[in-house]
Amino acid sequence: MSEIYLNNKLVGESQNPKEFVDQLREERRKGSLSANVNVFYDEATTNVYASTEKGRVRRPVIIVKDGKSLLTEDHLKRIESNEVQWKDLVEEGIIEYIDSSEEENCFVAFTPQELTPEHTHVEISPLVMLGLCSSLVPFGNFNQSTRLNAGSKNQKQAVGLYVSNYPVRLDMDVNVLHYAQKPLVQTIMHDVWGYDKHPAGQNIIVAVMSYKGYNMEDAIILNQGSIDRGLGRSTYFRPSIAEELRYAGGLIDEVSIPDKEVKGYKTEKDYRFLEQDGIIYPEAIVKEGDVIIGKTSPPRFLSSLDEYSIATATRRESSLGLRHGEKGVIDFVLITENEEGNRLIQVRVRDTKVPEIGDKFTSRHGQKGIVGMIVPPSDMPFSASGMTPDLIFSPHGIPSRMTISHLIELVGGKTGALSGRTIDGTTFQAESEDDLRNELLNNGFRENGTETFYNGETGERLEAKIFVGNMYYLKLKHMVTNKLHARARGPIQLLTRQPTEGRAKEGGLRLGEMEKDTFIAHGASLLLKERFNSDNTAVPVCESCGLLAVHDDFRNKSYCPLCSDNVEISMVEMSYAFKLILDEFKSLGIYPKLSLASKY
Amino acid sequence: MADIFKEYEGKLPQKILTDLKQFMPAKASQTKIKQICEQVVKEYNESKADPGECIGNISAESIGEPGTQMTLNTFHFAGVAEMNVTVGLPRIIEILDGRKELKTPSMEIYLKKPHSQGTDIKKLALSIKETTLDDITSEFQINIVDLSVEIMLDKQIMKDAGITNTIVANALKKYTKGYNLKQQDDSFVIKSKSKDANLNDLYKIKEKLKPVHLKGIKGVTQVLPVKRDNEYLIITAGSNLKDVLKLDVVDASRTVTNNIYEIADLFGIEAARQSIINEVFGVIENQGLNVDIRHIMLVADTMCNSGIVKGITRYGIVSQKSSVLAKASFETPLKHIINSALIGEVDPLDSVVENVMINQPVPIGTGLPSLVTKIKK
Repeated sequence: MSEIYLNNKLVGESQNPKEFVDQLREERRKGSLSANVNVFYDEATTNVYASTEKGRVRRPVIIVKDGKSLLTEDHLKRIESNEVQWKDLVEEGIIEYIDSSEEENCFVAFTPQELTPEHTHVEISPLVMLGLCSSLVPFGNFNQSTRLNAGSKNQKQAVGLYVSNYPVRLDMDVNVLHYAQKPLVQTIMHDVWGYDKHPAGQNIIVAVMSYKGYNMEDAIILNQGSIDRGLGRSTYFRPSIAEELRYAGGLIDEVSIPDKEVKGYKTEKDYRFLEQDGIIYPEAIVKEGDVIIGKTSPPRFLSSLDEYSIATATRRESSLGLRHGEKGVIDFVLITENEEGNRLIQVRVRDTKVPEIGDKFTSRHGQKGIVGMIVPPSDMPFSASGMTPDLIFSPHGIPSRMTISHLIELVGGKTGALSGRTIDGTTFQAESEDDLRNELLNNGFRENGTETFYNGETGERLEAKIFVGNMYYLKLKHMVTNKLHARARGPIQLLTRQPTEGRAKEGGLRLGEMEKDTFIAHGASLLLKERFNSDNTAVPVCESCGLLAVHDDFRNKSYCPLCSDNVEISMVEMSYAFKLILDEFKSLGIYPKLSLASKY
Repeated sequence: MADIFKEYEGKLPQKILTDLKQFMPAKASQTKIKQICEQVVKEYNESKADPGECIGNISAESIGEPGTQMTLNTFHFAGVAEMNVTVGLPRIIEILDGRKELKTPSMEIYLKKPHSQGTDIKKLALSIKETTLDDITSEFQINIVDLSVEIMLDKQIMKDAGITNTIVANALKKYTKGYNLKQQDDSFVIKSKSKDANLNDLYKIKEKLKPVHLKGIKGVTQVLPVKRDNEYLIITAGSNLKDVLKLDVVDASRTVTNNIYEIADLFGIEAARQSIINEVFGVIENQGLNVDIRHIMLVADTMCNSGIVKGITRYGIVSQKSSVLAKASFETPLKHIINSALIGEVDPLDSVVENVMINQPVPIGTGLPSLVTKIKK
């Protein structure tokens, strides 16, 4: 006797579990049972498990009867003429969805060619084993899996046309590529997904060679001429948001050009772009420090409102300026209200990013690299026909990574460009490499994709034949201008008086434990002291009790709170962090007594 | 020639002097020898660390950096299961931490002739291996009715290990006081003499008998005879150097264990220091890395200079630091601060960490010397 479970609840028993399962499946295919039901027969326990729950991962497969796929040529024709849709195939019982447990009872053929009478299903396409991003990698079956993964991941970071209504959206931190193209070498998924509606890269000419060592270690070299004609050009958008917050006592933030009396008033020049409503006008060219939205807030503490001051003087300046290191053009101003009913102002800044040294580019095969040099077109190596490549890629990136698909796409792209068509590079069912080579040969090029090249500076012929072709290259969203950071002076933390941390806060670059050790190992004792004096302070210390004393600047007099003023008080230099730990000791009830001695 | 070398005895270490004597060409003239010696003294003095040179820090970096490149934790001996040796970074950490319980204690037993040439090497190895009652027993049966324990012996294993019934009987006698020991063909029956015996006691005696030592050397769980440089030696899992050295066939001058504490107990602290150097250097060399031996010697010196082996831990040499702040900046700061506060410790501020903390020049390199001036009265 076998037990039958529905959603893991015991609902009945059966003498003939196998027959029961077959019957259930038959009913489901006929449509008398929901297509969302899956049944699983457990060989080990002879129990039957049926599931209707949500959250199961299911995938579609074509049903096979007596070694023959139920999807016939006739169906395919009717699909092409739009008579039949996916939905109909599922309803007709030709395609069904199986979940992970029902999969255990199935014998799924990879291709229709290998079908035998034992098979129960056949895959729709070998491509279904890949996810969306992985299936966008052309010739993916020629690669190591790690490279396929890297290629898929890189595509998610590509700069492209992410939505077509971006001018009316206020997305944080987005980039739009200027002349996005659809790839020359495509997969089926590019069509299915509508990749030509939101492309993310450009077809460019890539030469595989070295150039003066500036493309070592995954760096790439760009042609200045190509950049001037729009290669990799993109726009960066970042909105700034200001809200008129309401405070206790009916006080409210006010968006306006701040009055000169306001606490923290910058300079008149900083507010020069603001219109009468305190908001900047579109198409203003701004750089760091310029105020975008003028705003004042009520004082932090109501008690500080004393009778003698005028109302405006007590307000605080809280304007929104452009961040450190940013520049751009005001693109879009939006004035609205948020869910709490507060007035909300959003100002979007746009900045054109032209490729420069340090920007990151990648092909679709995990071959990412940053720009190492930009070469004038006159100095670029050129082919016999006078063509100069847009990008030079180093051949050393190939052997250890074994990205064969990168090389095939290069040949495929070249063929496609010359024949004026797109190449199908769908994983497992791509156009054959031999066909591509023959087509290339018929177009009057060497079938292996190599060409004779000449040194761009001397005009000498290069001894090696250079492998050159068209590839789909992606510009990734990591651009140097958003990352570059250095500091000499700048903000410090309130508690420790040490420099702040991170680029956003204009922070310092930490000299860490191990870096400190290198200074010590060199014996550079005084240099180390200097590097660590960012929080250096002089504090008065009472020589009698060894605790911190007080220095009164008004009376120019030092005294010790414990020993009164008849004691010797000396100024001692120490790091502020050490002063803090002394205070913490005191709060723990530990008496940290400093005994002073003359240094010399 | 000898007179010239005598002159340099205080100026050069013994090792360099002997090397010099050995490699000096026989036909070298007196003046030439003198010149060479002068040059050696000069080079020797130049190779010394300067005052204020931060040797500890450099040693730490020199051992720590190759540590990041180490791979492969255990090394297996072909053929013998359950016999592996900790190598690589875990082994170095084990040594430098001064752990008492090693992950894989092991010995290398060198033999005297003719065994070192392979005579009876297998038999010898087996005689060293420890055999307990549990190893030769196929089953312990507790008879609830008779209130007795029957120990069923495995004849085949006994034969292989060269253990006879008499050996077993003699070994068991010591542990079965108050019990009757009856010997049958391939089993022993143990029954309590007293009348009010209970099952609990029987179970206890059974467990007590299991590890009874029958043969071999205590602690040696595995043996493996290997050939190295035309000589046979025995590698063991488990270590008991004291008992091994008592054997006549063992070459006591070369036999070693990887347990530093055992060496410290048997041969004293200088031997332990040398053992630390050998072990750490061995591991680093094994990994194909290159660290100057003087760095390791410095670490070994620090671990041993108190007379007992101390690990580089907060309980070991770090606890000997004079500075409260330096101790607190290592591990468990609160504990150190509270203990120091209780006894009113004074921090002399004479090493590196505490001076970094208060932002004063560290007494190393350029921070070491200070100026002295005479004040005219």
